Order: sequence, then structure tokens, then C-alpha cells
Amino acid sequence: MEKTHYIVALVEDRPGVMQRVSGLLRKRNFNIDSISVGATEIPGISRITMTVRGDRVVLEQVMKQLNKLIEVVKVSELNPRESVVRELALIKVSVKSADSRAEVVQYANIFRGRIVDVAKHSMVVEITGDEDKVNAFIDLMRGYGIKEIARTGKTIMARGAKSVRVKE
Amino acid sequence: MRMTGAQAIVEALRREGVEVIFGIPGGASIPLYDVLYDSEIRHILTRHEQGAAHAADGYARALGRAGVCSATSGPGATNLTTGIATAYMDSSPVVAFTGQVATPFIGRDAFQETDVIGITMPITKHNFQIRSVAEIPEVIKKAFHIAQTGRPGPVLIDLPKDMQEGEAEVEFPDEVEIVGYKPTYEGHPRQIKAAARAILEAERPVILAGGGVIISGASAELMELAELIMAPVVTTLMGKGSFPESHPLALGVLGMHGRKAANYAVTDADLLIAVGTRFSDRSTGMVSCFAPEARIIHIDIDPAEIGKNVRADIPVVGDARRVLRRLNSTIKEMMAQARTKAWVEKVQQWKKEFNPRMDYDDVPLKPQRIIKEIMDFLSEDDIVTTEVGQCQMWAHHYLGRTKPRTFISSGGLGTMGFGFPAAMGAKVARPEARVIDIAGDGSFLMNIQELATVVENSINVVVAVFDNRYLGMVRQWQELFYDRRYSAVNLGETPDFVKVAEAFGAFGTAVERPGEIREALEEAFDAGKPAVIDFVIDRECNIFPMVPPGRCLKDIIE
Repeated sequence: MEKTHYIVALVEDRPGVMQRVSGLLRKRNFNIDSISVGATEIPGISRITMTVRGDRVVLEQVMKQLNKLIEVVKVSELNPRESVVRELALIKVSVKSADSRAEVVQYANIFRGRIVDVAKHSMVVEITGDEDKVNAFIDLMRGYGIKEIARTGKTIMARGAKSVRVKE
Repeated sequence: MRMTGAQAIVEALRREGVEVIFGIPGGASIPLYDVLYDSEIRHILTRHEQGAAHAADGYARALGRAGVCSATSGPGATNLTTGIATAYMDSSPVVAFTGQVATPFIGRDAFQETDVIGITMPITKHNFQIRSVAEIPEVIKKAFHIAQTGRPGPVLIDLPKDMQEGEAEVEFPDEVEIVGYKPTYEGHPRQIKAAARAILEAERPVILAGGGVIISGASAELMELAELIMAPVVTTLMGKGSFPESHPLALGVLGMHGRKAANYAVTDADLLIAVGTRFSDRSTGMVSCFAPEARIIHIDIDPAEIGKNVRADIPVVGDARRVLRRLNSTIKEMMAQARTKAWVEKVQQWKKEFNPRMDYDDVPLKPQRIIKEIMDFLSEDDIVTTEVGQCQMWAHHYLGRTKPRTFISSGGLGTMGFGFPAAMGAKVARPEARVIDIAGDGSFLMNIQELATVVENSINVVVAVFDNRYLGMVRQWQELFYDRRYSAVNLGETPDFVKVAEAFGAFGTAVERPGEIREALEEAFDAGKPAVIDFVIDRECNIFPMVPPGRCLKDIIE
């Protein structure tokens, strides 16, 4: 059954490592929806989060092929139901009137977003959450006119004791 | 020790036991070549970088140790890529060095700059660009380690010119630790036990031996297994030589141009013991009807091969030799009587019935006859390389081999132009062996410039050109599947291969009659220099049997 899988890879932070990972996904014809990268608790190790669409066979291949990359240290699949999944989005909204400005601020509060920039005719809202929440907020903003969206891509962490770590 | 980067490179190579480098220098690698000038390492100057890469590959395959090639930046580097991709597809340990423009010029589209790291990422096991002189010894150690361990493969090291020229204090490590690279060698005992049980339950087992058996040196263990459980053995193209094709249990090669008996056996098997194979489409035919009645044991060192192309019922990840050793002893402990007698009789019947005919007396020559004469002429330690196309499949199908590393062919990438430079590399690796390249005229022309290299260096290989003046395999497909519309396959009248050979200073002879084949082989190998034999063959002779594309192995047609 085809579904979205959340894969986390710990990689050595070297030039070209993102190209190795993304190139592998492309050459093996895997479908990725999102990919993001950032630092970890260990210096020199970065964490790549990707969401891949496919059945179990595809998932298994993606993980095994990633593991073959020399600079990939660890690959894990995380179950989104047992994890925290988050994405950050910056949305620049047109605000043509005082009313619409007030409404945007109100919606941002309801979604626990923050107004991070205010200009004469626009505001930038920062919103964090899972994909559904971010999408719902973006849909609400469409009525006002969205000038620009920047999303980080998803990142994920297992709840509780389970961790994705480099073996000592 | 304080030294230049180029000195560090050559010292690291010496410590790796490198005896020979195939390559061509250029602007960005002159500092390296300046140090090589004083080195004991032999450098063989090829006439094209593709020849260097294939020669390093042929060397590696003949010896089971890394072959080394070198090219300059830009066009030198891109010329290596076909050879690197060839080595990658066939899991061959090649270490390739490329010159690069000096670090401050990188990214500025400098003269002869190319992003060889980006270009070769998808066709190397790993690649490195040197960023400091001090890291050179460690990087080279890692490169050889990665290339030669686990599932072997090519590794490329890009050497910016300033890194070759710069000086630093360097240390040469004896070992390296690569945190993200830990191949699995020992098979899981539970999986091995499950495999042993399945084997003892089977009535119609077949062993499928791939190139992994040769790489891991598991031929003795494979034979022990076959004889222990009385199972017939089929091999892939890459596995040819892993099990003696003269053995009573050998059914020969399987696949698109395999032996009928081999294809039938796999189709009727109730258990397939696949060792060191990635189930290439050329081996399996249509996957949905591949070994349809069999449970599949898949032994491979690369976990990503398990379940990639063909489902595995009992996967065992590990080195073929170690897994087979353990499997054999587990089977011996559990030993029940092998129940394969009826099955072995049946496959023997097929083997007899479908034994291909080779003793043609026709003029123009039939390729089968030439293969037969070559086979009779060679001893079992001699090395056969092949080009790609019909010539390769004739050798694959008809030319029996009995020892590992004596049949060298571009299986995965199917690189025309591979066989001749690979023969050169193999001859350098094993100078005492006779080495012959089974070539087509089309393929040979793709790297024919290496005649200069073999003549200059007295690397006395023999090229047997199966000359039909066609791109024969494409012509065959056009004949069979495209209504005989022979589009762009006719190679015309040129060249005269005898004159070409002579122009390069090699020995050349043409053969048109079956009675002359043996004598030509003797002359060629006794010529005291490289030789080309131009066998004028039946222009439209096809390679049969054949499994048409998209069909099952059992649908093999004569």
C-alpha cells in the first residue's frame, strides 16, 4: 500500500552530502515530498528528514540504498503517530485595511503563530505545526492575498525514550 | 614527515602495494607525474583515458585487487567516466585519480575544469576531493579500503593542482575508521539454519552463482555445496568461471542468451539458492515468471540487493564464502539423504538434449566454430575478455570456463570497447597467462587506439575480431523485432584490420576458413607482439537461443 514514510538520516557534515542523498533518490526513481537538513547534538553530524511516498518495498529500498552511502551514518523510519512532526512556514500576507490586519493577527493567535514583520501593506506570519495545521492556516490566508510562502520542510522526532542516534 | 601532496600520494600508493597505474597526464596532474617519474610504480601510458579505466578494471578483475587509473582534469576526467561506470555496475575495485584545477579556481569555469565529483557521484561507490595536503594519506587509505571491501566498487579521488604542489606534515595511517561504512560479512546464523532446512526439504534445487562468488573467492565452497546436496549449478554472465562448466552438475549460463537446460532448470526448480547475484534483467527474463515454483534463498553482501529485483524468501546478508562455509557445515550436521536424484537425472537429460552444436565447417565462418577452437586452444588458467554484443554472447553461451577470474566481460553496463583495454589490464596483472579478447569489429573500433599502448609496452594480448561488418546485436534485434529495417548498423568495408594491426606494429592475420583457425591462433600467440586475428564470419549469423525481451526464461527460442 502506498503511503508517506518519514525517514531520518544522520549524515557526516561534508561538502556534497546533500547532493549524494538527493541524487540517490533521483537516480533510483524514488518520490520525495519534502527534504530538510540541519545540525544535531553531535558536531560534524547533520540530520536529514525526508518524506517518501511508496509501499513497503520502496521504503525498504530507500533505506537500504541510503545506508550504502558512505557518509550516511544511520537511517531510521519514524512513525508519525508516535512522533512529533513539525514544519515552520513564513507567510507574507497582504493587508489592505485595518480590519484585515486585525483578522490576520487574530487568526495567527488562534494558530499560535507569531507576527514577525509588519509593513504598510503586508505582514509576515510565522507558523509552526504539522502539515495539516500549516496548510489550514495558509488556506485561511488566501482570502487576504498571499504574497509569498517559505516552508522549511518537515522535521520529525520520536516521542519518549526512542532516539535516532549515532551508535557509540 | 614533511612532503608535497604529490609525494604523499605516491607514497600512499606504494604503501597500498600498487604496482601499476594506467593513465594519461595533463596540465592539472603534472605535479603528480613529476613524482611518478622517480617512482618504482610502473605507469602505462594509454592512448585514451577510457582505455586506462578499463585496463585498471581488467587488472582488478584478473587479480582481485584494486586497479588504479589516472587522468587529468576536465576532458581527461570525463573520458574516464564510461570506465568508472562499467566498474561500478560490475562491482570492480578501481581507484581513479583525477587532476583538478587549483582550489582558488574551482567554480570559476577555469581551463579544463569540470565537476568530476558531481559527475561521478552516481557511478562510484564513493568519491573524494582533496581539501588539504595533510589529509591525503588518510583519504587514499579510505579509498582503497572502500574500493576493495564489502561489495567492491570504484572510488575516485580528485586532486586539485595546489594540493599536489603544497607541502605539509603528513602521517600514514595503517588503518582507517569510517563510521558510516561497516559491511556485514558473517551471515545471520538463524537465516543460515533456515536456508539449510529449506535446502534439505527441496527436491528440485538449483544453485544460481553470480559474480559475488568470484569476488569473494567462494568457488571451493560453492562446489562443496553443490556436491553435498547434489544440486545443478547455473551461472550468470558475471558468475562465469565460478563453477567449472565442465562439471557434471554444471548447466552453464542462464538468461537471455543462456543455455536452454539452465533456463528450464530455474523455471522448474522448487528451490533457488542464489549466491552473489543481483538478478539482472538479462539473467531473469520477465520477473513475474522467474523461478515461479521456487522458494528463493538469496545470499549477498549488499543488503540493498535483497528484494530489489526479485523477492527473497530466505535472505542471508553476508560474504558468499563465509556464508557458504557455515551453510555447508550446518547442512552436514543436519544431513539427511539428498532427495534430488530424479531431478539431477532430469536436468542431465536436458543438458544432453540441448547441448549446442559447435562443429560447423561453413565458409564464411560460424562463430561457434571459432569459439570451439579458441576453447580447445586455451588452458584453463588463460584469460578471456570480451567486447559487448553478439561476440560477447557467443562467448557467454559457448565458451566454457572452469576457473574464476578467467572470464572478464562488461556485464552490467554492457560497454562496447571494454574488452581490449581490459585484456591489456588482465595481461599486466597476470603476464604468464595467455589473454584473448573476443571482439566484434564494432566494439574493437571503439578503443582500437590502445593497439599503440600494447605494442609500445609489449603487452602481448590477442584480439579475435568476429568480423561481420555490422553492429550485429542491434541488427539481430532489427531483424527479429523491427521487420528487418537495418537502421544505422552497417559498418561497411573499413577498416582492413590486418593493415591496422600492422600499422600499429602488431601482428595481423585474416582467417576465412575453419581449417585455418588453429594455425592463426598459434601464430598470433607466438608472434612475440600483440596480435589481431580478423575472423571473417557469416554476416547475418545470430546469437541463439534467445529469450525475447519481456518474456519468461522458459520461452527461449532457437
